Amino acid sequence: MTAATDSNFDCRTDFQSVPENGRIEKPSYRMTAATDSNFDRRTDFQSVPENGRIEKPSYRWRRILALVRKESFQILRDPSSYLMAGVLPLLLLVIYGYGVSLDLCRIAVGVVVEEASPEADSLADSFRNSRFFAVRLARHRAEVQGDLTSGRLKGIIVLAADFADRLGRGDTAPVQILVDGSDPNTAGLVENYAQGVWLNWLQQEGISRSSLAVRPSAAPLVVAEPRVWFNPDVDSRNFLIPGSVAIIMTLIGTLLTALVVAREWERGTMEALMATPIGRLEFLLGKLIPYFVLGMAAMGLSVAAAVVVFDVPFRGSVGMLLLVSAAFLADMLPLGLLISTVTRDQFVASQVALLSAFLPAFWLSGFIFEIDSMPLPIRLLTYVLPARYFVSSLQTLFLAGDVASVLVPNLIALTIIAVVLMAALVRVTRLRLE
Amino acid sequence: MGQRILTLIVKELLAAWRDPRSRFILVGPPLIELVLFTYAATEDVTNVRMGVVNEDYGTAARDLVARFEGSPNFAEVRRLRGEADIAPAIDSRSVLMVLHIGPDFSRRLTAGESSQVQLILDGRRSNASQLVAGYAQAILDAYNQELAAGRRGPQPPSAAVTRIWFNPNREITWNSVPSLVVILTTVMGLVVTALSVARERELGTFEQLLVSPLQPLEIIVGKTVPAVLIGLGEATMIIGAGVVGFRVPMHGSLVLLYASMLVYLAAVIGVGLFISSLARTQQQAILGAFVFMVPAVTLSGFASPIENMPDWLQWVTLANPIRYFLVIVKGLFLKDLPAAEVLRNLWPLAVIAVVTLTASTWLFRHRTG
Repeated sequence: MTAATDSNFDCRTDFQSVPENGRIEKPSYRMTAATDSNFDRRTDFQSVPENGRIEKPSYRWRRILALVRKESFQILRDPSSYLMAGVLPLLLLVIYGYGVSLDLCRIAVGVVVEEASPEADSLADSFRNSRFFAVRLARHRAEVQGDLTSGRLKGIIVLAADFADRLGRGDTAPVQILVDGSDPNTAGLVENYAQGVWLNWLQQEGISRSSLAVRPSAAPLVVAEPRVWFNPDVDSRNFLIPGSVAIIMTLIGTLLTALVVAREWERGTMEALMATPIGRLEFLLGKLIPYFVLGMAAMGLSVAAAVVVFDVPFRGSVGMLLLVSAAFLADMLPLGLLISTVTRDQFVASQVALLSAFLPAFWLSGFIFEIDSMPLPIRLLTYVLPARYFVSSLQTLFLAGDVASVLVPNLIALTIIAVVLMAALVRVTRLRLE
Repeated sequence: MGQRILTLIVKELLAAWRDPRSRFILVGPPLIELVLFTYAATEDVTNVRMGVVNEDYGTAARDLVARFEGSPNFAEVRRLRGEADIAPAIDSRSVLMVLHIGPDFSRRLTAGESSQVQLILDGRRSNASQLVAGYAQAILDAYNQELAAGRRGPQPPSAAVTRIWFNPNREITWNSVPSLVVILTTVMGLVVTALSVARERELGTFEQLLVSPLQPLEIIVGKTVPAVLIGLGEATMIIGAGVVGFRVPMHGSLVLLYASMLVYLAAVIGVGLFISSLARTQQQAILGAFVFMVPAVTLSGFASPIENMPDWLQWVTLANPIRYFLVIVKGLFLKDLPAAEVLRNLWPLAVIAVVTLTASTWLFRHRTG
């Protein structure tokens, strides 16, 4: 029923001249119809033979060029493509640059000192002076327990009433750290940082305070000296921003293209296109080229903003970046067209694109969650995901440089996936009505 | 009037359900996503490959390496021949961490001096490498304690004990299932509504709707109610799968959960309708929904705590409906969140719902075509 109304509408706009001021439809809509009918007219006049092989190759290029032009106009005249290629990348960079930090600081915790004593107060002070914590002091556990439930506090450190007594007697005085397990990441970090503050305090107090100094200091014998390569300040921005470039290109490469052919089917312009002598490859190139350019432009914009505005180091070469990005787009664009050719429906296409490209790029690419830690079946699945190779390449290019042992295998994998997807795409593309 | 709205609601539900492909889309992907992403979202780091450069031939060094080999966090401990091998191993991402034991390690330990080991970490994966450094530190701590005990050293003067509330065994599914309930409900609610008006507009049936006796308010109600019903269905399916399939506990009250979900869906659908009424085509609606959703999910406190963000961004998140619903759902699943706390997070949602629904009704009236 709806489909019928749809094509009726389309026919009407194709054949009737729409009033110039007709606000009912958007410009790009009119554009499609106009160019498609131009196609019809030109081919009618020139009467190209049925079998396209005899014709001069220049016609072929002119057809591709015409389709590229039409597709580019459509992109340029639709505000949503600026939203996707311009606004969203910058928005994501700002969010990952300023907003999302996986490193904790100023995390709200409660410190319960059940009975004041010089030792307990001094440990509580160490927590207050730590840059990781914003401390709320309390006398009783009950005062802060409710806030751990509501999430206003992320952890509670309890120094029991007998803390000082036990220290004085030479017993082991327990420090209890309560964390909110409903957010395991924060819980783990709060635990680690609290342990760190406590260990520090022990070492310092062991020197200065008599109650502790009576025993020989228990300084650890083996000391670890961590060195973080590529990102010595351990700034999570430095690996989140390269990852977000991958997300942006996934969205442009797959979501945008997934909508393209599905829209032509929904609107009926696909049938108009079938009436033209255009070949399969020409049709696909005409669709791929403009979105390839758009994707590369968005990538350039994001990388430039990342380096200039957000001071993320870029240690690789620009040529390699272009190569890897081109290879990634060679995966994403055919995937998008494949989805839209198979589904022929914009709603279904968008959901499939979401499931097969966007969410994997976010969750399964190593962007946020470590691939090695996933269960084996999912780990195997990630090997067919282009995002996996792209995220790893980008992180390497940004932070480490042109490391051949990472980039070459990644490029090979991306190329293999691209070939498979292209072959599948050419197979399913039919410019004929069944 | 009731009859007219009912007809529209029935029509909307039929339109969503009758097409086999869109029916599959409403059921299939959410379940696939639930299974896939529940297991993928591990905040823990396991199965890590690490390297060891051991320049010391003493027993102490061998003992320490054996401890790393025995740890469940490290799947493979690769022996590197010398310092020169460290850079290639880290660069190529074949190991995340290298433990470097110097030549005088054992000698210093036997002499009772403190000795250093170096941990070289891959900063490209700084989150994971920080966690791994923590595991390594824990292994060293245990080793130190044993060394101290072996030399009949003093008892540690104080000990820290950690207890994890609400999720004592650190089950990853307990965290990811409630989060996915929120995210998948949001995605479905948003996309279904964002598309419903845009599709009618693109197909031209929206004009038919406008010339029908339906008032703009009735159209809004007729578009909202089916989306709420679809969203409730989606959420029930995911909650059921989470509780039955993943055995995530449901400590809170279901009544509170569903009551909050109604308000939340109204807020999300308000956003969806707002996008929908601005968009002229389905493409614009879908992309608009994305441009809203991606930042909103990122800034919801799901991936990183809101308290960590700069103040101005924390202010922005106050308008983010996902933020409040995430607290409610996680709280009700794991913590039996008291009703007062639920309410505290619910009224902002009600405000967002009223604002967005009013705005989209106004837009429908004033932006025909």
